[in-house]
Amino acid sequence: MPRIIKNREVIEDQWTLLPADADVQDALDCRQPIIPLALWQAHADQLRSIAQLGIWLDSNELVEDLAQDLEVFSLVALNFPVFTDGRHFSSARLLRERYAFKKEVRAIGDVLRDQLLMMKRCGFDAFAVRDDRDPHDALRALDEFSVQYQGAWDIPLPLYRRRAAASQVAVATV
Amino acid sequence: MYLYDSYDQQLVQERVAQYRDQTRRYLAGELSEEEFLPLRLQNGLYIQRHAPMLRIAGPYGMLASRQLRMLAQITRKYDKEYAHITTRTNVQLNWPKLEDVPDILADLASVQMHSIQTSGNCIRNTTTDPFAGVAPDEVVDPRPWCEILRQWSTFHPEFLRLPRKFKFAINGSLIDRAATEVHDIGLHLCHNEQGELGFRVLVGGGLGRTPLLGSVIKEFLPWQHVLSYMEAILRVYNRFGRRDNKFKARIKILVKALTPEGFAAKVDEEWQYLKDGPTTLTAEEVERVSQHFTEPDYLALHNEEQLLAQQDLEYPGFARWRSRNTHPHKKPGYISVVLSLKKTGVAPGDITARQLDAVADLAERYSFGEARGTREQNLVLADVEQRELLALWQEIRELGFATPNIGLLSDIVCCPGGDYCALANAKSIPVAEAIQQRFEDLDFLFDIGDLHLNISGCMNACGHHHIGHIGILGVDKKGEEFYQVSLGGSSGRETSLGKILGPSFAQDAMPDVISKLIGVYLDNRTEEERFIDTYQRIGLEPFKEKVYAPHH
Ligand code: SF4
Repeated sequence: MPRIIKNREVIEDQWTLLPADADVQDALDCRQPIIPLALWQAHADQLRSIAQLGIWLDSNELVEDLAQDLEVFSLVALNFPVFTDGRHFSSARLLRERYAFKKEVRAIGDVLRDQLLMMKRCGFDAFAVRDDRDPHDALRALDEFSVQYQGAWDIPLPLYRRRAAASQVAVATV
Repeated sequence: MYLYDSYDQQLVQERVAQYRDQTRRYLAGELSEEEFLPLRLQNGLYIQRHAPMLRIAGPYGMLASRQLRMLAQITRKYDKEYAHITTRTNVQLNWPKLEDVPDILADLASVQMHSIQTSGNCIRNTTTDPFAGVAPDEVVDPRPWCEILRQWSTFHPEFLRLPRKFKFAINGSLIDRAATEVHDIGLHLCHNEQGELGFRVLVGGGLGRTPLLGSVIKEFLPWQHVLSYMEAILRVYNRFGRRDNKFKARIKILVKALTPEGFAAKVDEEWQYLKDGPTTLTAEEVERVSQHFTEPDYLALHNEEQLLAQQDLEYPGFARWRSRNTHPHKKPGYISVVLSLKKTGVAPGDITARQLDAVADLAERYSFGEARGTREQNLVLADVEQRELLALWQEIRELGFATPNIGLLSDIVCCPGGDYCALANAKSIPVAEAIQQRFEDLDFLFDIGDLHLNISGCMNACGHHHIGHIGILGVDKKGEEFYQVSLGGSSGRETSLGKILGPSFAQDAMPDVISKLIGVYLDNRTEEERFIDTYQRIGLEPFKEKVYAPHH
């Protein structure tokens, strides 16, 4: 079973990622499928019955197309065809911040250590690191920085709001 | 000048450690060439013709004396004792070793410098007016806003894998010395009818392969919302900008495709969700940052017209220099001085270690310990006492900074071109030098007057050739280096893009071509006209006729 990073730990993956051309039967045949968006759009009624259902979006697919149905899914995976494609950084923020999706948001595809921190800050909590790479090594990326200027999903307040709070605390304790 | 607090310092130090490890992993074969590429680029490291090139950020042009000294030391320790000031007010090293870069970054961090996001598909160093804070025509000092943008854009997690590079420029004066119209985003500080502070927002300008001027998408954006609105623009671009073709990936192509109105509507839609959220700026933060840009301890002086006029008589060379290489200052008794890095025989913008140290000293003795880089690849001492001007001139003559040519034909803006740059189609430095040699005669140069000549070695337009009165572009013609000439570009009071004159020329023909263009101007000008004015009146044709006339 492949390993993934989930909440900062390397664990065995329980999910099955179905390819773009998978059909309904493929989905019904596995316990925790992650289905492509097109399949969901074509067969939502049949697929809805699957107890634990995940879905994945390619980098040109929009989270807006999923927004109405989000409560159906236990997992949304966002695919990076190449690690230089940053579109899903925005998708993850939208899922978390605009559509308040609380369950797993997973990075799949060309997922490499040096993009992990950006992904995490944008709302990803699971990472299927490319299988020729060591996920334990990739995890180190999450601790490379202790300072963030801007607010994002992980730390919503920008530093200028936290800085002000910190100096108020300092004043209060004097 | 902005001084780091413990957060800022911590961040650049963590960056040094991160990049050190990335370099180690690359050298150990854990990172492939392609994987390392965006990592080193977003740290300003290119692999060039002869060696790597490291681009160090000069945040909106500002450089303190201790930073200049550190740059000098770095060029001695890791490079060939010189550096290059770029048209985006960064500082480039031409010969560092890839293995040494982490140590260079550590040295830079010790003086609050870095090379974060000086290249790559991300938000780059913001540029602004080199006379910010001192220009008499300034409405609002842009520097605090540059710093606020710097912090917001530094490692912004959502915008580190953009379709293409992204450049901001901010202007706070009546004359736009930052050329904001040719940037991905141009911001103009302004007040609305109620006297509140805000920004006019332009988007989609840029040079390069498809030169375009930016379009206004927001007439007035209240200052509190500047970051949330920028976030909305960048998000729309990150999601919908083209990624299938490198040459169509800049935001200008998206803005053009959607029309500026269509693009603005998309941004507004996105902004509705972000507006008034946590990214809203606070008055405290603006105040905190602004405190770093308050006026230095100016003395109560008065203007020294008489003294200077008398010195002019005594030293004609001083008179000549002062008429070109100084800029008015808002405080009585003060003046800004431009140190020319355009001496004939020296590549435009190049500066030696010894000169860097000298500028550090001069800045300390004459200008509150600060210097600035300019878009024209010169340096500025912004706060010089008028009564010290003669003494300063005498010192800088010895140092090679006193060529009296600011804004004249020999003040050529020129990218590193084929001598260094791996992307070049043609060399640019030898062309600049040949033209400078042709126009060595100062009387003649002064007679020609204001003329901006810009040279780029390829379509990337680092030499901003589209906005030169005369623009020269290196092109490749069947493996040979040729040069295409354009006329009529401008920036400042008005921004316009040059028009191509006609077929391109061989390198050795270039001084003659420029001589002919100047000849047409001199034959046609009225007393008051600058080159660009004559061009605008008589158009391209007379220039074209003269340059392409058959030989007799
Ligand atoms: S314009 Fe072209 S040749 Fe010149 S520095 Fe830029 S990329 Fe290199």
